[in-house]
Amino acid sequence: MSQNKVLRIKSLYDIPREELFISGHGLCPGCTAGTIMRMLTKVTGKDTIIVNATGCVEVSTTRYPYSNWLVPWLHSAFENSGASASGIAAAIKAMKRKGLMDKNKDVKVVVVAGDGGTVDIGLQSLSGMLERRDPVMYVLYDNEAYMNTGIQRSGSTPHGAWTTTTPAGKVWRGEWRDKKDIAGIAAAHHIPYVATANPAYPMDMINKFARGLEVLNEGPSFIQVLMACTTGWRFDPALGITISRLATETGIFPIYEIDHGNFRVTFPVMKRKPVKEYLKLQGRFAHLTDEEINEIQKLVDQKVEMINKMAGKTVIGPVA
Amino acid sequence: MLEEAKRAIPLSTNHAIAYAVKDLDVDVISAYPITPQTTVVEKISEFIAKGELDAEYIHVESEHSALSAAISASLTGARAFTATASQGFALMHEMLHIASGLRAPLVMSVAMRSLSAPISIWNDQSDLFNARDAGWIIIFAHTAQEAYDTIIQSYKIAEDHNVLLPVMVGYDGYVMSHTIEPVIIEDKEKVMKFAPKVQYPFKLDPDKPVSIGSITPPEYYYEFKYQQVQAINGSLPTIEKVDEDFGKTFGRNYGLMECYMCEDADSLIMANASYASTLKAFLPEIRKQGLNVGLLRLRVYRPFPLQKFVEYTSDKKNLLVIDRAISYGAPYQGPLANEISGAMVKEGLKLNLISVVAGIGQRTVEFEDFLALARLAHEGRRHEETIFYGVRE
Ligand SMILES: Cc1ncc(C[n+]2csc(CCOP(=O)(O)OP(=O)(O)O)c2C)c(N)n1
Ligand code: SF4
Ligand SMILES: [Mg+2]
Repeated sequence: MSQNKVLRIKSLYDIPREELFISGHGLCPGCTAGTIMRMLTKVTGKDTIIVNATGCVEVSTTRYPYSNWLVPWLHSAFENSGASASGIAAAIKAMKRKGLMDKNKDVKVVVVAGDGGTVDIGLQSLSGMLERRDPVMYVLYDNEAYMNTGIQRSGSTPHGAWTTTTPAGKVWRGEWRDKKDIAGIAAAHHIPYVATANPAYPMDMINKFARGLEVLNEGPSFIQVLMACTTGWRFDPALGITISRLATETGIFPIYEIDHGNFRVTFPVMKRKPVKEYLKLQGRFAHLTDEEINEIQKLVDQKVEMINKMAGKTVIGPVA
Repeated sequence: MLEEAKRAIPLSTNHAIAYAVKDLDVDVISAYPITPQTTVVEKISEFIAKGELDAEYIHVESEHSALSAAISASLTGARAFTATASQGFALMHEMLHIASGLRAPLVMSVAMRSLSAPISIWNDQSDLFNARDAGWIIIFAHTAQEAYDTIIQSYKIAEDHNVLLPVMVGYDGYVMSHTIEPVIIEDKEKVMKFAPKVQYPFKLDPDKPVSIGSITPPEYYYEFKYQQVQAINGSLPTIEKVDEDFGKTFGRNYGLMECYMCEDADSLIMANASYASTLKAFLPEIRKQGLNVGLLRLRVYRPFPLQKFVEYTSDKKNLLVIDRAISYGAPYQGPLANEISGAMVKEGLKLNLISVVAGIGQRTVEFEDFLALARLAHEGRRHEETIFYGVRE
């Protein structure tokens, strides 16, 4: 599909001016989801069909009779975005082949889904779509809990985080299990492109979206984007991007890509910041003792070691 | 009138449905195996593999995904099909309501089967009757030929811009799905001329972007649901016309509801699918025994053809309704009997209604049993409670 015009961004000035995700939505002030959707649609362009899982983005951007989407958009359910996207991709393929649709029109199919809709209830449908190698770019906006229903834990909630179903008390100290490695699970399907991204590094994120679209002629792509949630993570709405950046600077959320099996950390951090700097800005971690924070630091150190092993060299350094 | 008499070929209902899908040039099939549906999609796969049908087949990982993909494919403008039964049908339940709510004009065949637990792979109609309020048009076929014909009619109905609703075609698992009958397969060109693809008016198209499936606040939600009420009620004349036109084109039509050997009957047995065909075969013998009984065959179930029902039953004394599903704890435990009692009140009908549950988990109902049921209808005694026919207490 050489007709794919792929955007490559070198500076902020290269970002298309055209707005396809427009203002007026009902996301919380300071929610970073809006930033991500806006950048995503700038990269996809207008010839795109969005499949949106049930969740914050869906309910906040399409309150009938309004919509913030200037591209065709479908929400059908919570757990079926993979399959819904496959249905669209198959329809396009069949209709083009049978002359029911313009053969030269390159329409991209993009999923936008939360962590609950992806790593938990939607995992089966996602896996089916990836395994079939359907031409779909799947964008997970990961705010690390079921936010739309009021901050319940998901398989993507990090160790130690308070949520309304893992509250902190004498017995429970917030979430006690580790965040599910969904990018690793996606990569295990051996799809052309898997990446993690962070809106605090917009150029990197945008280019990953672009690469995710570019590979669609070979198969699906999966991009996990960290999405700081002011309401659920309990931080000052002005700090969304600051906190997002700290997630990468502390090694909690390394940003990397796996392009045809080649692993590359796209933002190496030689001098890592202690996790405490990230945790202390968020109310969801406010209950943690120094000892508990040290435990989290150890878990992150282990994860960094694993990333360095995958990279074959030190790309994320020790805590400075 | 017909140019040449076509020769029938031996087909199971499942295979007859697969032929209809091929002749309708369906674009997208997404399905998951479950007995007794599976040979429908196996046959479709074979057609695609051999190049006899040009379609995308999505090998989904569940029935929930099967229907999800069929919905989105149809909203993108493709002709989409899926098939299921029993547990798979139950797993789809969430998506059944979404299909009708999003007005996806797709067609699904249901090889009706019992529901777990305990697990039973055999036939009854618990699966489909559980979903009667999901907003789909529901049509029962009673022969393999009718199944083939009804799938063809269904796309013409579903895609009609005044309808735009999903259609399910129900038939009995095993008793029909795996039983071979003579079926006339029509020429593909003729089928496509009868049911040409109609463009979906609000499809997912970047040149005319729409948002489908928005969150709908209390000021609007009710009206969406009411539009579905109007659409399904308003579809009845379309269903009738499509069936009549089908008769003019192919020489076979079925009506909304069928009354068989019923003009001179005092009492009717209401049945659908295989029980209706079995009764058609048995009625002459039943009549010989002096039982003045006819068959009221339920074909179109949603929307319910109430006027036809009144027309066929208003001069009758007794109506015995056979349910092959159970509505646990309901006034009548047969879901259909419950509805019929409501219809009788609504229309002021003075029938003696006898509710019978039978054939649960494919408990066999043989000639003697149909004879006994005919006797019950003919006797015309009042039975306050649902009769669980053939159960061991
Ligand atoms: C089958 C089903 N179960 C539960 C729900 C309720 N529900 C709606 S949104 C949601 C949470 C969504 O979480 P996530 O996917 O992380 O997205 P977010 O709201 O955080 O953006 C839940 C549990 C549902 N809509 N459907
Ligand atoms: S709850 Fe979180 S994710 Fe949802 S809109 Fe608010 S800030 Fe955004
Ligand atoms: Mg979430």
